[in-house]
Amino acid sequence: MSANKEVWIWAEQRNGRLMDVSLQILGKAGELARDIGGSAAAILIGDEVRGLAEELIAHGADKVFTFSDPRLRLYQSDAYTRLISELVEERKPEIMLLGATSIGMDLAPSVAARVGTGLTAHCCGLNMGAIDGQLKLIASVPGWGGGMIVNIVCPKHVPQMATVSPGVAQKPERSGQNNGEIIAMKANLDDDDFRAQTVEIFEEQPNGIQIDQAEIVISGGYGMKSAGGFGSLKELAALLGAAVGGTRPALDEGWIRESSLIGVSGKIISPKLLITIGASGANHYTAGFVKAGMVVAINNDPEAAIFDVCDMGIVGDCAEVLDVMIEKLK
Amino acid sequence: MLPLNIVVCVKQVANPDYFSQITLDPETGAIQREKVPSILNPMDENALEEALKLRDKYSGKVTVISMGPPQAREVLEWSLTLGADEAILLCDRAFAAGDTLATAHVLAAGIREICPCDIIFCGNEAADGATQQVGPQIAELLGFPHITNVNELVVREDKTAVVKRIIEYGYLKIEVQLPVLIAVSREINQPRAATAEGILTLGDKVFKTWTLNEIKVNPKDIGLEGSPTRVSGVFEQKNERRREVLQGALEDMVNTAIEELRQEELV
Repeated sequence: MSANKEVWIWAEQRNGRLMDVSLQILGKAGELARDIGGSAAAILIGDEVRGLAEELIAHGADKVFTFSDPRLRLYQSDAYTRLISELVEERKPEIMLLGATSIGMDLAPSVAARVGTGLTAHCCGLNMGAIDGQLKLIASVPGWGGGMIVNIVCPKHVPQMATVSPGVAQKPERSGQNNGEIIAMKANLDDDDFRAQTVEIFEEQPNGIQIDQAEIVISGGYGMKSAGGFGSLKELAALLGAAVGGTRPALDEGWIRESSLIGVSGKIISPKLLITIGASGANHYTAGFVKAGMVVAINNDPEAAIFDVCDMGIVGDCAEVLDVMIEKLK
Repeated sequence: MLPLNIVVCVKQVANPDYFSQITLDPETGAIQREKVPSILNPMDENALEEALKLRDKYSGKVTVISMGPPQAREVLEWSLTLGADEAILLCDRAFAAGDTLATAHVLAAGIREICPCDIIFCGNEAADGATQQVGPQIAELLGFPHITNVNELVVREDKTAVVKRIIEYGYLKIEVQLPVLIAVSREINQPRAATAEGILTLGDKVFKTWTLNEIKVNPKDIGLEGSPTRVSGVFEQKNERRREVLQGALEDMVNTAIEELRQEELV
């Protein structure tokens, strides 16, 4: 199957801001493009997006396709799917990457199904390698909750598509010297593009430092239930200037937000220090901090799996340990 | 306009509590999961609950559908016990080894047999693969709009719906005319428990098993042949660390830890 030697990304904007993960995967697209002797391009959809297109070029995009229309300001699944699919079918890029944000995970499967190609979810690694004698994308995903790494290939279809977890790739340096081409496309929208219509976005930018940028992360699990929730954990975080993260059960309990979820379906983090408290150590959680520096685990159950993936473990009542820790650090 | 014809896609998965017991055979590299019990995928319970709530409010029918081996019957029967009206198991060797797209082709073909339907519910992700892909792909193949990661759903009498879907730092509010595919998050509701009545009436419910012969799907689109992706290798992920469990009184342990963190200039 013939394809352009291009590696594309979908550049996600919300309220006129580019998502960090979009710049991260743009950096990765540049690396993969060098490996196959091609170029990196981005698709950008929104309203009045020229400024963002220039940002993408400053971060290494050789080409940016833009669709600009007031009706495209918010994410519209029908319209975005059609516009991306049609452009992909026309230009046949070799690879297409999307950030594994909650919206990227909504969009990528529809595009893949419409184009009829393969899609690999929540990748934690992307490399070019020889498959059946041809250079193909090898996409690594955490399997079985993160205890395994599964390599997945899409040898006979283009584009080879993947969604990439935030934090996996490095955001490239910004440079005003980069050259790139902005190609403004016509959207030609109709009613079928808005069967499911996003009418409003509500965003509350979080206060303070986030788990994927912090040098120290304090993370809690379901074991904080007996400690009465996250109160003292947040106190410790404030004391250390740390970000607060948590496990899926902590999210279900409403102690953290989706954006602070650590693990396979949340964020992959790499702080210098992680203190994990009251988390039993399920694979899909621990796979989220393989790249952390020092890991300190606190849990009341000496048999908990978390002690197999920590550097220092403290067995004890989570609330008590926290109280003593806060006392000593004050 | 009402009642509602509702479909819920469910999956039998390995219980995530036992994932750490899944290992690779050192000789063959095959995945060993014999001792891992199976359950109804947790988020599918929320999908079923949302369907049952709507049926109870507006009347109609809830059909649960699953693609899987014969033992996937268990999770469909469990869904019937919880209150679903009918169950369909899509079961054929030809369906096996499919990736998300091939799986979506089979499920879409099964659902097409019971269309027109108003809402298809899925859990937002399965506890095992966690790809979040099959739901939107079913919608795409059926020509339905889809909304994922939904934590609030209001269906009105005129078959329109207002939906809140979670994004990283907030939500999107989405309006849609049925039919639609909705993938739900765990926050959307609290699934009901089974009742004695549910258990007693299980035998009266309709349970169908459909093979390739009962659905209209191109054999080239399903199973291994219909899968654009394939696995090229599996490795155990090592998270190698010191694993030093501190000893002594609580104060001493905390002191030791803090001392080391200070030495390493981490705090």
